[in-house]
Amino acid sequence: MIGNDLLGIEDLPREDIETILATAERMQEIGTREVKKVPTLRGRTIINLFFEPSTRTLSSFEIAGKRLSADVVNFSVSNSSVSKAESILDTAKTLDAMDPDCVIVRHGVAGVPKRIADVLDAPVINAGDGYHEHPTQALLDLLTVHQEKGRIDGLTVAIIGDILHSRVARSNIYGFTKMGAEVRVAGPPTMLPSNVEALGVKAYTSLREVLEGADVVMALRIQTERLEGAFFPSIREYSATFGLDRAKLRYAKDDAIVMHPGPVNRGVELSHDLADHRPSVILDQVRNGVALRMAVLYLLSGRPSRAKAKDAEG
Amino acid sequence: MSRILIKGGRILDPSENIDRQADLLVEDGRIAALGPDLKVSGAEVIDAEGCWVTPGFVDMHVHLREPGQEYKEDLASGGKAAVAGGFTGVACMANTDPVNDDPSVTDYIRSQARKDSPARVYPIAAATRGLAGEVMTEMSALRDAGAVAFSDDGKTIMDAGVMRRVLEYSKLVGLPIIVHAEDCSLVNRGVVNEGPVSTRLGLPGNPTAAEDLQVARDLMLAKLTGARLHVAHVSSAGAVALIRRARDEGVDVTAEVTPHHLSLTDEATSGYDTNTKMAPPLRGAVDVEACRAALADGTIDVIATDHAPHAVHEKEVDFVEAPCGILGLETAFPVVAELVREGRLSPLELIRRLSTGAVQILDIPGGNLAEGSEADITIVDPERRWIYDAAKGYSKSRNSPWDGQEMLGRVVATLVAGRLIYHCDRGVLVP
Repeated sequence: MIGNDLLGIEDLPREDIETILATAERMQEIGTREVKKVPTLRGRTIINLFFEPSTRTLSSFEIAGKRLSADVVNFSVSNSSVSKAESILDTAKTLDAMDPDCVIVRHGVAGVPKRIADVLDAPVINAGDGYHEHPTQALLDLLTVHQEKGRIDGLTVAIIGDILHSRVARSNIYGFTKMGAEVRVAGPPTMLPSNVEALGVKAYTSLREVLEGADVVMALRIQTERLEGAFFPSIREYSATFGLDRAKLRYAKDDAIVMHPGPVNRGVELSHDLADHRPSVILDQVRNGVALRMAVLYLLSGRPSRAKAKDAEG
Repeated sequence: MSRILIKGGRILDPSENIDRQADLLVEDGRIAALGPDLKVSGAEVIDAEGCWVTPGFVDMHVHLREPGQEYKEDLASGGKAAVAGGFTGVACMANTDPVNDDPSVTDYIRSQARKDSPARVYPIAAATRGLAGEVMTEMSALRDAGAVAFSDDGKTIMDAGVMRRVLEYSKLVGLPIIVHAEDCSLVNRGVVNEGPVSTRLGLPGNPTAAEDLQVARDLMLAKLTGARLHVAHVSSAGAVALIRRARDEGVDVTAEVTPHHLSLTDEATSGYDTNTKMAPPLRGAVDVEACRAALADGTIDVIATDHAPHAVHEKEVDFVEAPCGILGLETAFPVVAELVREGRLSPLELIRRLSTGAVQILDIPGGNLAEGSEADITIVDPERRWIYDAAKGYSKSRNSPWDGQEMLGRVVATLVAGRLIYHCDRGVLVP
């Protein structure tokens, strides 16, 4: 069974990934019912502690918690309103005193969920930390690919775009590699992190080469406002060299699927047409995200808290 | 007449290349005699069996935070931490509030330190006004007020034209310019060493090239001007190689390395502990090895701690937001004593880099055990084990990556001007 927290995929054993995916497949059925609610986590309190603005991930966790009948509280602290001197650990301890059963943390800087987990009794789920990890995104991507392809082992996955600033890339690299897929990354050299191959991937700067033989093509969102001019010369050039459309997709396998963690910059990472239609599976990713997060919440908060477990051990 | 007899120790005096068993007698604040089995009546005896008896350590790079940031450290707490770490003298950097860019601030630090600090305190004045890297400070007046060197430490003078004039002008006063060498545009937002670790942790990287580039520039300017350059906290293999080559070419350059850059790699940041965040950052194993080799072969002259206290609440924030720097004074000796155990340095050479080296660079008293000298003496037991508890240390702050760890090698006693001012069993002995 999986550990106390879900902080990243790097340290998550393959068996735990399999457990989470299998649980998520069972959760999917709940979303198809007329009454989309089960009493599993009734009386449990889940806190969404988001230091970074988010609508998609926050809503996904909130819906997941509510479908399991948990009380979900959103504690959004935008970076600007946190005083510079405020200690994150203070915030965490304050929340801990309210006895939550699970705390979901998102922060713009790597490592914050771990630091919070170090002081909290409640399980902590990392909902994205800086450029580090976004484990539930990778797990929902694994679930989506598994359902599309019937397997993960032996597949070739190409991740394209801003690898340097992407927590989605890191988590997916660890996740797909652990499940037996070959992972490749590609992007402008300015957006490939130093020593990226140490993560167990092959790095490319040619879209054509990275797509050759790929079963899964994952485009990452480019932060156009912040990076244009510094990391790549222009959106036009990015889109011409790394943007995907149906013509370029022909370099990949015939039955390749296209994924994107959203929100898509249409016409930049993906052509408008590709964003909306097969072989892209973007909305399946979103749908699976709810089931996957239900599974994680169930596995982590559906049991006695750490402090109580310690008491029970005597 | 006050007498202290230090019995049975191993005398290590790098200034005379002395390494032998002997007793040492201190009389009225001065070293009175050195020899086997000294018989003295009425002396306080310190048993130094199994210990090294050395000239007082001198740390040429500390931040004592007074004036202005006394909640982190002040001259009293920093001075106590110094003597508890075996340092009888420390040189404090200019990034106080107000900045030490005016003789009145230098004078304030000196007079406060005389009252409050058990260790000798040597102010380093700013090289440019307000550490802004634009207008040079009044070096002559600052020297007269007691400054021993000039530095904008914590910041880099990015304008090469300004740096050239600062170096050139410093020849008027004959004091070294100490540089914090990191190219700001390359550091950018980097907070950890750029490489496999920054990639894995998802933290913005700071490449070694940022340090190499700046060291290269400053060496060229030192060559151009003939001024005395001292490179603070060298951390990269590239910077080491550049300094080695410049020394061979006769450039008047000296350099220091910190205990943390000699002992920890960027892997220490794996748990995101902000007490592993400093500038320059902890580097890769190749860089650590290059620093050790350079310290051993003399390319790097000095071990300096860059003691940088920050309050707990300042460090309990995310890794990007957290200020740079860690405590160093109270843990320096055990951390660097490892180099002797590994056979990288002889005890005598280690003490040279902890004491005599900085004395020579700053041209201050100390660094020897000659008869007649003021008795600044450190006694250390290289084999004694102890647990470092930052909360119980003398610094006001606790930001140490070694907090709670077992240390091997302990400062037993520290004498300043012949007075026993610290003993490990009795603590700091000041009123």
